[in-house]
Amino acid sequence: MKRFVLIILITIAFLSCDDTGNEIIPSTNIVFNFTHSWDGTEVTNADFNTIKFTNEKGDNLSITKLRYLISRITFIGAAGEELKLSGYNLVDVTNNSGLTYDLQNAVPSGSYKNVKFTFGFNNSDNYNNNYQDLNSASWNVPEMLGGGYHYMQLEGKFENNTNAEQGYAYHAIRAVDNSGSSPVFQDTFFEVNLGAVDLTNNSTITIEMNIAEWFKNPYTWDLSQLNSALMPNFDAQVLMFENGQNVFSLKSID
Amino acid sequence: MKKKVLNIIVIVSFICASCTDESVESYAPTPSALDTPKLFDDNIIAPVIPNDNAQTLEGIALGKKLFFDPMLSGNNTQACADCHAPQNAFSDAARFSDGIDGSLGKRNSMPLFNLAWNYDEKFFWDGNTFSLEHQAFVPVTDPLEMKSSWSDVTQKLQNHQEYPSLFEQAFGTSEIDSTLVTKAIAQFERTLISANSKFDKFLLGETELTPEETNGFNVFMDEARGDCFHCHGSDKNPLWTDNAFHNNGLDETFTDLGLGAVTGDPADNGKFRTPSLRNLAFTAPYMHDGRFSTLEDVINHYSEGLKSSPTIDPLMKKVAQGGVGLTEKDKADLKAFLLTLTDYDFINNPDFNQN
Ligand code: HEC
Ligand code: HEC
Repeated sequence: MKRFVLIILITIAFLSCDDTGNEIIPSTNIVFNFTHSWDGTEVTNADFNTIKFTNEKGDNLSITKLRYLISRITFIGAAGEELKLSGYNLVDVTNNSGLTYDLQNAVPSGSYKNVKFTFGFNNSDNYNNNYQDLNSASWNVPEMLGGGYHYMQLEGKFENNTNAEQGYAYHAIRAVDNSGSSPVFQDTFFEVNLGAVDLTNNSTITIEMNIAEWFKNPYTWDLSQLNSALMPNFDAQVLMFENGQNVFSLKSID
Repeated sequence: MKKKVLNIIVIVSFICASCTDESVESYAPTPSALDTPKLFDDNIIAPVIPNDNAQTLEGIALGKKLFFDPMLSGNNTQACADCHAPQNAFSDAARFSDGIDGSLGKRNSMPLFNLAWNYDEKFFWDGNTFSLEHQAFVPVTDPLEMKSSWSDVTQKLQNHQEYPSLFEQAFGTSEIDSTLVTKAIAQFERTLISANSKFDKFLLGETELTPEETNGFNVFMDEARGDCFHCHGSDKNPLWTDNAFHNNGLDETFTDLGLGAVTGDPADNGKFRTPSLRNLAFTAPYMHDGRFSTLEDVINHYSEGLKSSPTIDPLMKKVAQGGVGLTEKDKADLKAFLLTLTDYDFINNPDFNQN
């Protein structure tokens, strides 16, 4: 689990300096840095395992595990041309791994009007590949729910209505209703747009996940109703998708 | 890892080639790449083999001999294999194993297989020892186990008729020390691969499951029923363990702190490493302290017997009701599924048995 082999391939030729200038734009050493907060207060794994957060509904809770997958980082240039990176990164906050993701000199410096990535996997990435590193990390979704991979595992304890500690497992996957004769799916991966960036050599793009957002907006998450066995719960998955829309933001570029 | 092994082979053969004319120093043991199962190669990342202890035929053979040799114990009565017997998938049938003078440890002996795929290399129930090589140092001097000293053991081996030449063949030196002993044992241990159960054959398309076994697998994979797969592997993680540490709700208070005693973090109290579910037919009793003698006991624990404590894993659902409350049919089928992970070829493999 220590080292995920990060394979980054440029899939679409970019800024093809072919026709006009033979201008050579130096590749830069760009790194993504994943940070986490609870409504503005920084969260690291040192904050795990104690009940110290309060969600929108007012439930006190702890985090014991947080890991999530991002994929398909894409840089969009001024003229709309796209530099798509394949590859993916499992951010494991619990074990402090995957918090930085090195783009391996695949991205030239310059101004981009947008940077985006996919939270989770899109369907073709999710179902058409067998990822050995993710399998080894027990990141799979059972075949009965369509297979593929988790997008996120957020786990911890909350104080329930009787003030007892109860576990929750907020696991995000592609929404599936398998109660009928054939499963019904709805896409719940989503694109995160970070906005415009100016990259120089050795830029670090710092992204922040506000964990509180998962419980907040538009749906005020009620842990007493939705705490476990959420993977087979179609509606819960759609709510996670909706609440996830404003979870990520661009914090800084250094 | 295949690649790594290949590199090693290439390097070794390069060394061989480069010194063909310096007759005496040219000896190198015979590389013996791990025979990794297709199911593992297809689905999970490569095994861990340290750069400074490549697998060789001579090293493995020596490690095997040492593993079965009671000379490693203080009074020459106990071998590793006494507590790690092939017919028990390299565990033993006792709740706690006796050391050479009958003293009992406080933990159940662990089965030994697929150890090279423990990627974090944290060994023992509480993960207190990093790497297989280091692990092998421990039992020899443990007063509750083999109760010997390394100076004693190495001296006995040095004075033995065969061992000096076996070390010569394995490592190019007949001067025996504890590091070489543990390297040889670790090489042998890495060859203990179990991947030929009925379920493996099912995954390879070579056999069918019964309807009961199929339902049992579904109970295992269903988040609303057994929900075992988050910790115990799956068809895509055929180790059948995450090799991580969890509190699975055995106790309200802990006599053995497990991982917590190793890290000093109270949030780790009562956490133990998830055991693989392969070969359960041979490894009773179960759990770190061998408290359950049957698989029914284990399944009842998860279904009704969970005990709450501050560090219990959030995946242990419905603790207030004792657990997920499986039906009798689901319990029986879950057991039938678990037993499809039994690998008879593994326990009968002549390479792993004393001969
Ligand atoms: C007296 C019984 C006994 C003897 C003898 C013994 N062991 Fe063990 N072994 C155990 C027990 C008990 C454990 C688990 C202990 C714990 O976790 O605290 C264990 C754990 C292990 C593990 C850890 C497996 C894992 O997955 O973490 C390995 C490897 C191992 N033993 C190898 C050996 C070797 C090699 C020898 C001989 C040099 C040996 N043992 C001798 C009882 C024994
Ligand atoms: C939260 C993670 C987790 C989940 C979920 C889980 N287990 Fe476990 N399991 C463990 C851990 C950790 C142990 C060892 C606990 C100890 O000894 O203190 C264990 C031990 C076992 C053992 C004993 C194996 C041995 O060699 O001693 C069996 C059998 C088992 N689990 C089966 C299951 C089944 C069946 C399910 C689903 C109903 C399940 N487990 C769910 C973590 C888990």
